[in-house]
Amino acid sequence: MFEETLFQSSRAGEQFVDILKKQGIVPGIKVDTGLQPIDGTDGETATQGLDGLADRCKRYYEQGARFAKWRAVLKVDSDKCPSSTAILENAHGLARYAQIAQANGLVPIVEPEVTLGPGDYSIERTAYVSEKVNSHVFRLLNEYNVILEGILLKPNMILPGLDVPTPSPEEVAKYTVRTMLRSVPAAVPGIHFLSGGMSEEEATLNLQALQAYGPTPWSLTFSYGRALQSSTLKIWSGKESSWKAAQERLVALAKANSEAQLGKYAGPHPSPGGARILQALRLGGAGK
Amino acid sequence: MDESNATCGKRLASIGLENTEANRQAYRELLVTTPGLGDYISGAILFEETLYQSTLAGKKFVDCLKEAGIAPGIKVDKGLVPLAGSNDESWCQGLDGLAARSAEYYKQGARFAKWRTVVSIPNGPSRLAVVEAAWGLARYAAISQENGLVPIVEPEILLDGEHNIDRTLAVAEEVWSEVFYQLANNNVMFEGILLKPSMVTPGAECKERVTPEVVAEYTLKMLKRRVPPAVPGIMFLSGGQSEVEATLNLNAMNQSPNPWHVSFSYARALQNTVLKTWGGNPEKVKAAQTALLIRAKANSLAQLGKYSAEGESEEAKKGMFVANYTY
Repeated sequence: MFEETLFQSSRAGEQFVDILKKQGIVPGIKVDTGLQPIDGTDGETATQGLDGLADRCKRYYEQGARFAKWRAVLKVDSDKCPSSTAILENAHGLARYAQIAQANGLVPIVEPEVTLGPGDYSIERTAYVSEKVNSHVFRLLNEYNVILEGILLKPNMILPGLDVPTPSPEEVAKYTVRTMLRSVPAAVPGIHFLSGGMSEEEATLNLQALQAYGPTPWSLTFSYGRALQSSTLKIWSGKESSWKAAQERLVALAKANSEAQLGKYAGPHPSPGGARILQALRLGGAGK
Repeated sequence: MDESNATCGKRLASIGLENTEANRQAYRELLVTTPGLGDYISGAILFEETLYQSTLAGKKFVDCLKEAGIAPGIKVDKGLVPLAGSNDESWCQGLDGLAARSAEYYKQGARFAKWRTVVSIPNGPSRLAVVEAAWGLARYAAISQENGLVPIVEPEILLDGEHNIDRTLAVAEEVWSEVFYQLANNNVMFEGILLKPSMVTPGAECKERVTPEVVAEYTLKMLKRRVPPAVPGIMFLSGGQSEVEATLNLNAMNQSPNPWHVSFSYARALQNTVLKTWGGNPEKVKAAQTALLIRAKANSLAQLGKYSAEGESEEAKKGMFVANYTY
């Protein structure tokens, strides 16, 4: 959740964190304060949020949060991005955040997103870059004595640039699992993929395809934002009368992905044939 | 079996033999012609001299090994020398001309390589020594793969010292973190390497001794925290443990499934009894070969988690730690 949401309640006055806990859903909290450009780079970003992070974590823990999340974004192209500056800056931010979160009782989700973007860079290029980024991230997590048994990883699946035809789930799975085997020590208990710009159906089919490579030392599962909410939001459209239908869509999407991470998704998809769900990188910090 | 000529000399001296090429050849012939060795051993690391030697009857050692189903490997490092600017620590030489040498070794029949560097806990280790060890291994690994040889990556954390097992764990985690970071920086393919780590144990002079189960617990914890699952095999060095100790520890590590194959690459812990049985006597060759098979089979069972120490000889239980041991 975002900070505002962590402290909100239902109209009937029940705290959101309590509603979630009753459902067996653990409340988590986004603790980064957004992206800022790194000067001298080609549109690359750093993630902010270390200042006062320890105190904020304590407050969030008291409110009921039990895990945290920090999103680092790495731009990728065919040759220049990500730069070593961007890699080191983002790996450092993730490592310091993870250390502070663990020191304050929150399990850190470590999210080094090699972001799906414009261009014709190949799936091999994304795989290579993702391995490099992960190598730096783990090197710094180790340097800062982060307990790997107490983190979750939230990486991107391996996809080529937007100008390349969408690869099959089998191809995505092959490169994604290979990258994870090369980058992620067995001590990490879970890998929860981000959906990035994948369509809702693509996110489910790709997740299902990963399971063919099991058993793996870590679970291969999901932490989807856009791929659970995009059509949900459209159905709601702010209308009270569409509330129930929107909730039904959310549950259907969650169920499809829940089955997919067990390798048991059979379809049909609640939201078939959708386009990529792209959003521009928002700079200038969160909390606004 | 990749002891350099100098180190092989120490082995021969321990049984009263002179360090001559003929004696080194005789000893290695004993090893590579052991019948049935291939049932338990899949690779043999050779020193350069040995790679080019033959039996007295004229059959190349590499051919003896290949026929037994044992892949020949080659030690390619050029040994340890003092590391300037460090706390009396060492670094490993051997990168100069390594590409050309690797290509030649491949032609002779080698299919994997080995490079052993060391890290000393009583001396720090200093950050400098750790980074140097990792960098040397990474460059060697990249050059090996480029020339068709699978690199065995060996940063040995020496047993010397009074430190306890928690200290060893902390140092091992630092070393392996740096090693994999540098391997990745050098674009080494992890599916095509093997690791040769030391087990995580207390220092040789530490008063707090631990059981094989504790060694297994600490060692597996370290591996799970540092070794990507893409690495297919982890072959432990024995590093001065007794033959039985090395086997018991390996067995304890194989009591449940691991993401990578966990096995052995032992020198002293396979050869100690063999050497003493042979003593340089041609009539003792068969008995010595039998002793080798006993140890090879015991460790073969241990890497399946099926070993029992019942019936092991007293000789096999003797520790082989030598302080300040140098190859």
